[in-house]
Amino acid sequence: MSTVEVMLQKKPKPRSISGPIGKVFLQAFLILVAIVQIYPLIWLALFSLKDNSEIFSGDVAGLPKAFLWSNYTKAMSDGHVLTYFMNSVLVTAASIVLVLILSSMTGYAITRMNWKLSGLTMTIILLGMMVPIHAALLPLFIILKNLSLLNSYWSLIIPYVAFGIPMAVFILGSFFKGIPREMEESAVIDGCGIYRTFFSIILPLVTPAISTVAIFTFLSCWNELMFAVTFINNTAYQTLTVGMMSMVGTYITQWGIIGAGLMITTVPTVIIYLLLNKQVQKSMIAGAIKG
Amino acid sequence: MNSVFSNKGTIAVFVLPTLILFCGIVLIPIFVSSYYSLLDWNGVGRGTFIGLDNYVEMFKDTRVLNSIKNSLLFAGASVFIQLPISLVLALILASNAKGEGFYRTVYFIPVLISTVVIAQLWSKIYNADYGLLNVLLQNIGLAHWAQDWLGQKHTALAASFIPTLWQYVGYHMLLMYAGAKSVSQDVLEAARMDGASRLRTAWSIMIPLMKPILKVSLVFSVIGAFKVFDLIYVLTGGGPFYTTEVPSTLMYATIFDTFRYGYGSAISVFIIVECLVCTILINSLFKTE
Repeated sequence: MSTVEVMLQKKPKPRSISGPIGKVFLQAFLILVAIVQIYPLIWLALFSLKDNSEIFSGDVAGLPKAFLWSNYTKAMSDGHVLTYFMNSVLVTAASIVLVLILSSMTGYAITRMNWKLSGLTMTIILLGMMVPIHAALLPLFIILKNLSLLNSYWSLIIPYVAFGIPMAVFILGSFFKGIPREMEESAVIDGCGIYRTFFSIILPLVTPAISTVAIFTFLSCWNELMFAVTFINNTAYQTLTVGMMSMVGTYITQWGIIGAGLMITTVPTVIIYLLLNKQVQKSMIAGAIKG
Repeated sequence: MNSVFSNKGTIAVFVLPTLILFCGIVLIPIFVSSYYSLLDWNGVGRGTFIGLDNYVEMFKDTRVLNSIKNSLLFAGASVFIQLPISLVLALILASNAKGEGFYRTVYFIPVLISTVVIAQLWSKIYNADYGLLNVLLQNIGLAHWAQDWLGQKHTALAASFIPTLWQYVGYHMLLMYAGAKSVSQDVLEAARMDGASRLRTAWSIMIPLMKPILKVSLVFSVIGAFKVFDLIYVLTGGGPFYTTEVPSTLMYATIFDTFRYGYGSAISVFIIVECLVCTILINSLFKTE
């Protein structure tokens, strides 16, 4: 992690390298790319506030004549987006909590406790980072069907947690390794049991790793489609990604409502990102380098 | 002291739940998938064991071969179009361009958005009648270029690459930016002292020193291309006439539409092996150099 910190730090540079013309050209290029990256999303925000007559009269790109917030209320109630949204929140939150609990305990036991099979256990868990979820799709479908768990929140939470564990154990484990032994020893000498030591002394020391894992798990659960589309076909349990697909099917010609649904799916992620962008960027780099 | 940190009971409490979940949901299903791939099975009753017949059929099946070809084209487009753009952006931003933090933040936004949303959004952009792209073309006097981008055989595949390229440019940019920032300033300073131009410094010093991160980007973009599912599933469903079909959407259709569980599993095993082989290949390529 420390290397990542270093990477994202701005380093003062003694002097600039290119002349003023080069600078203007570079800025123009950077702005152009920024527009390409961001304009489609602005366009989405704009048409989510329009009605069909405005969109189909050829003015799909301009500012809305009147901001049609009713698209949002329609999407939430008639389009069930509110249900999908709550389902996504529930599944994602449960997955994050479970991933954090399970993988911090396991990462701790593997890196800080003494037992013969710790190395082997780590290797087995890390194998999971290489595996695409495609491989498990059909067997999981059959397992969940036999357990009568299809069409329930658990049918998503269980696989999301299981597939989130390898990366989480790896990231948390590498943080635990860096904690000085004395911290634990003095806690134990002061009469803390192992559980107390772990939860009140050790865990608070690795909050950066915890937020990295939480961000990772949030993104993968919130955006996941393949499991969600396979394991759930009851609207009551559908998450946003699948819900969006059925909503688009229902409102195929009503762009405004579809746009509103897409916006509702997207805005929470963007807000989290804008609030935590340094942390998110660090997490993504850390995940890539370690994974 | 030691007894506290090697207490078997505690270790079991800390490790067993994770291990059981991981083995049951991740590890064992993979082996089960490999076993299913040896069966002729429609999901009802027990399948018939047919050995490697599914694999033999797979490599004669034009639909499978076509989907593999598409995913290779996807990988090629990622490596030769997306990564160079990301590299240029990363090098510019890492050279302390004004507003680097702002640009980095903006370029990265699409990475975080659900691929389902991206696919829906782009299907609107490509819409033949009211889409952003065609409206734009009409406004700049190129109305005759306007067409149904996703509906025609000769444009559908390229049109389905572009959203992925667009979405993940920022991701690779960020990785490479981090790599570029970790190159020691002393080395760059020395090069400048020796009179090396900016381009020359980037090419002969930065890029070679960024190899470890370039390798990571390369692996991610190739494997990402082999695994692509959400985008195609939502954007085209593999059509028109299978022109945009990739192995993962074909696997999905084989299992859940035509109920050929064994054959679908063989395709899924192929995807894993393809990813593994490419990872190993890229790693060894970078090692020998």
